Amino acid sequence: MKTFLAGIVLGVVAAATALYAFPAVDLYREASIISVAVNGGNREAFHINVPMDRIMVGAPGQARTVPEGLDWPTDDVLATVRAEIFKIRNERDIVVGIASRVAAKSGDRDVIEWVLHLPARGSMYVTMDPTPRQGGFRLGDLRNGAHEFAPLTGVLTERWVADTSGEEDAPAGRIELMASYVGQPESLQ
Amino acid sequence: MKYVISLSLGFVIGIVLFVGGLLYNPFFEDSSVSPLSVSDAEIMSLGFSAAPSETIVYSNNGESSDRPHPEKVLQLWEAPIRSSSVMATLLFDARGRAAGIGIKFSSRSERTSLLDGQALVDSVWHVYLPERGSVFIQQSENFWSYLRDIVLPAYRSPANNWKGQWMGHTTAGPHALGMAAASGGSGALQGLEMNAIESLTATAFSTSRGLLSAEGRLVIELPVVTDEDDSASIE
Repeated sequence: MKTFLAGIVLGVVAAATALYAFPAVDLYREASIISVAVNGGNREAFHINVPMDRIMVGAPGQARTVPEGLDWPTDDVLATVRAEIFKIRNERDIVVGIASRVAAKSGDRDVIEWVLHLPARGSMYVTMDPTPRQGGFRLGDLRNGAHEFAPLTGVLTERWVADTSGEEDAPAGRIELMASYVGQPESLQ
Repeated sequence: MKYVISLSLGFVIGIVLFVGGLLYNPFFEDSSVSPLSVSDAEIMSLGFSAAPSETIVYSNNGESSDRPHPEKVLQLWEAPIRSSSVMATLLFDARGRAAGIGIKFSSRSERTSLLDGQALVDSVWHVYLPERGSVFIQQSENFWSYLRDIVLPAYRSPANNWKGQWMGHTTAGPHALGMAAASGGSGALQGLEMNAIESLTATAFSTSRGLLSAEGRLVIELPVVTDEDDSASIE
């Protein structure tokens, strides 16, 4: 009987130790490629290979849907909304996250926004100035973030770069996203 | 020999007792009461279909019981994103009218601690409501009650499914009282910092096809406009 009771205690302790010692979730991390910007802050580049990295292109009246079989709502409220979901890649061309881009016309104003979600790191919410700058890129503010990006401010640029390689399996082009992060100043106490 | 058998039997029963105690621990937080149910502030309520087959798009690594939708959607199989999922869904206002689009990204959280009854998922919502503006919601969600009350009974069922009525608030922070942090980005919501709660009402689950019937709800607490705010804006 004593051996049996000792076995029960051992079983309880072993199960508790196993749950404590071994993490239930262990996310894969790809090393970040971040460089120091000339005027302070850090820069990180991402890109999206089009059309390979498109998960969804949601817009009214599309002849060919992405993904195949997409049933985009026909409600009037989404008549001027275009929502896209992509995989995003780092400078080594490795997929490191997922992103959404929403472009819409709201009254006489255009809205363009990004959310970049990088598992094990966090997320960024960026609102873009819809007017393209000289050089063909748009500039946006890092408005909010989660986890690693929560204490950061900064900007994000988006730019379409068409492929000119002429290779048979090359993408049609890429969307380049360049993030510039600035941390909050810390107290000197 | 009898000591070894006795010890082994006790060991197995010990593990079973521990797992049982963990699953039915009454001290683990119940997620059925929303902190926003007693709020005086204006509330914005957005409903959506939470079953993957009823969303516009749902994708994950393709190995989960929740099946990607539509069938040919690009799957998230690469190592850095294989513990993540993405969903795009139509959002409805409190009167059931289409109000906008919501895109939700979810990733399993390394802060998960089964010993504490926490099966955590870090998620963010990108919400665009053409008539009101856009909102970014970030939250941790605890699916412990969902796993205990729906998924486990489904696996124990001879038919490998669960049917019933389960309602729970999945949001578990980062704001006070376990609420999510919501931030307005454009339109009338621009610049607003808000609280939010996500809840789920599930009625059918299958171990092979995941959630078959479920409604989700995002409740966003809009900031209270005080008289001081009004006078400040006039000045």
